[in-house]
Amino acid sequence: MTLTITSVGKRFGGFVALDDVSLEIPGGELVALLGPSGSGKTTLLRILAGLEAPDVGAVRDDGADLVGQTARARNVGLVFQHYALFRHLTVYENIAFALRVRKRPKREIDARVRELIGLIQLEGLERRMPAQLSGGQRQRVALARALAAAPRLLLLDEPFGALDAQVRTELRRWLRRLHDELHVTTVFVTHDQEEAFEVADRVVIMNRGRIEQVGRPGEIFDHPASDFVVRFLGPVTYLPPGVGGDRAYVRPHDLELVRAPGPADLVGTVVRVTPLGATARVEVAVAEVDGPIYAAVERRQLAALGLAAGDRVGLSLRHARALPSTAPVAA
Amino acid sequence: MAGAAPSRLVGGAAARPPSAPTEPPWVRRLLIAVALGFLGLFVVVPIAVVIDQALSQGLGVYRRAVTDPAARDAIALTLKVAAIAVPLNLVFGVAAAWAIAHFRFRGRALLLTLIDLPFAVSPVISGMVFVLLFGAHGLLGPTLREHWPGLTIIFGLPGIVLATVFVTFPFVARELIPVMEAQGAEEEEAARVLGASGWQMFWWVTLPKIRWGLLYGVILCNARAMGEFGAVSVVSGHIRGRTNTVPLHVEILYNEYNYAAAFAVASLLLVLAFVTLAAKRLVEHRARVVDAAPLDAAPLDPDAPAARLVPTEASP
Repeated sequence: MTLTITSVGKRFGGFVALDDVSLEIPGGELVALLGPSGSGKTTLLRILAGLEAPDVGAVRDDGADLVGQTARARNVGLVFQHYALFRHLTVYENIAFALRVRKRPKREIDARVRELIGLIQLEGLERRMPAQLSGGQRQRVALARALAAAPRLLLLDEPFGALDAQVRTELRRWLRRLHDELHVTTVFVTHDQEEAFEVADRVVIMNRGRIEQVGRPGEIFDHPASDFVVRFLGPVTYLPPGVGGDRAYVRPHDLELVRAPGPADLVGTVVRVTPLGATARVEVAVAEVDGPIYAAVERRQLAALGLAAGDRVGLSLRHARALPSTAPVAA
Repeated sequence: MAGAAPSRLVGGAAARPPSAPTEPPWVRRLLIAVALGFLGLFVVVPIAVVIDQALSQGLGVYRRAVTDPAARDAIALTLKVAAIAVPLNLVFGVAAAWAIAHFRFRGRALLLTLIDLPFAVSPVISGMVFVLLFGAHGLLGPTLREHWPGLTIIFGLPGIVLATVFVTFPFVARELIPVMEAQGAEEEEAARVLGASGWQMFWWVTLPKIRWGLLYGVILCNARAMGEFGAVSVVSGHIRGRTNTVPLHVEILYNEYNYAAAFAVASLLLVLAFVTLAAKRLVEHRARVVDAAPLDAAPLDPDAPAARLVPTEASP
């Protein structure tokens, strides 16, 4: 299947949630919709799920119109942000739901549910109620429930948002592997760019109801299409004209710190040093640049430099990135 | 009184342990004494009087009063009225609560206010409204008599049912609105996406979700439907054996100075009250045990950390 979204628009009262959004998702792909809250990513997901109807535009699956179809005919799996498990049903019955409403034979339902419980590795917990599961377990039950009727499209709304950091990383990898095994076309919504870049084949960056850029993670990072994308991908410093090129910016890991005085592209004062695991974030104030510059420095190197707040420091550019030519430079 | 009841099922889950007492002992003792004294004076003593009066002339008189044909007819009519009015209000209550909890529409605030109207209006007025509408000289009465000559609404079963429905319709809706608003519609959305039809969604997801709140509302609604006096009194006409409900029968016996019989029949309503209270307690308890644990606040299961259950490559 190839999912084609053509010029979709959606308003809620005066709020424009989606504005002329077009996107093509080839079968078997894992796509992330990435954007800040209010960017329209969840609305787009809900339109794909059939929970909202677009005001204008079309959603087609290999040319067949999806918008007018009933949820059952559409056969889409959706994992809600807070899972929305049926709290009065056991793990087993939650997963069986899509098959029960389709009145499948008991034996088939049982076989399918056991297969899925094996897939999510929750054997032995079939009789538990959702309230008796941990967050990560609920998440997997929600995924199994969505997969039960073998959907042609799997949708996930902030699938890892409500989990703690450790479980999140593990589930992320697990989802990626699951997708590689099942090859079901998958769209997930996230506001976390690390998550999107780690898991997805392609990332769709959204802002204010529009698509800013679509591309593979490396592609987007190296060639951001707009100023918004540049900023959205993480801390960024816009360089003054003449430094590193005509219109250039740097990211924290593009900077090297050198003890001043010495050969450097910029010279400033250390404001704060924040240790963050293997690296430290050094905040530097530079006269030519508005706002602080952040540099990511390895801890060992930081120790060798012996930097502390108040020290003069030189910044040399390892790599300066050119701003997208279409985007206006934000002062 | 009725306005405070609905919040109990929702808030029950988060019942806090009593905080450490900080008031001096005499204040506590005084407050407890006032509460118990008040309860004794206004609840325990009257109940004791009812029971004492009912049995004042022996069990034989009691039994005769309760099994008297007029009393039996009154009991039968009361049960019949409740059997019609309660299901009607159940359907109305679920529909109204669903609309108010899940939709934002023009007139929503008005509907929410109107649902409370029967609590705000004196039951006698509620009865009179129906007399003015359907009575012989009422707004709709003559027209109705023209088309259905055999139909008696006022001074008949339909009038009693109408008045009872009016007086009791807030109970189910009032009980369900906070329950539904707290639970949201996400599970219903999940059911829809999973392919459930509207009915499947209602029977398999919504009804189990709201069952305790619904039962609680039905119990209160039933108690009021069987015990309603004012509105029914206006529309019934007090025809013995035909339009007399239990509360009206008690009044008639009392007015005839037949105290023992009046209190004997009244004690039946007292039994209904006790059964209602017991059922209410049971439902509250069940609701707390079964539905209390909100999904997000469940403790992590230490025996099954996700780390062990999810296959991962060696962590970097």
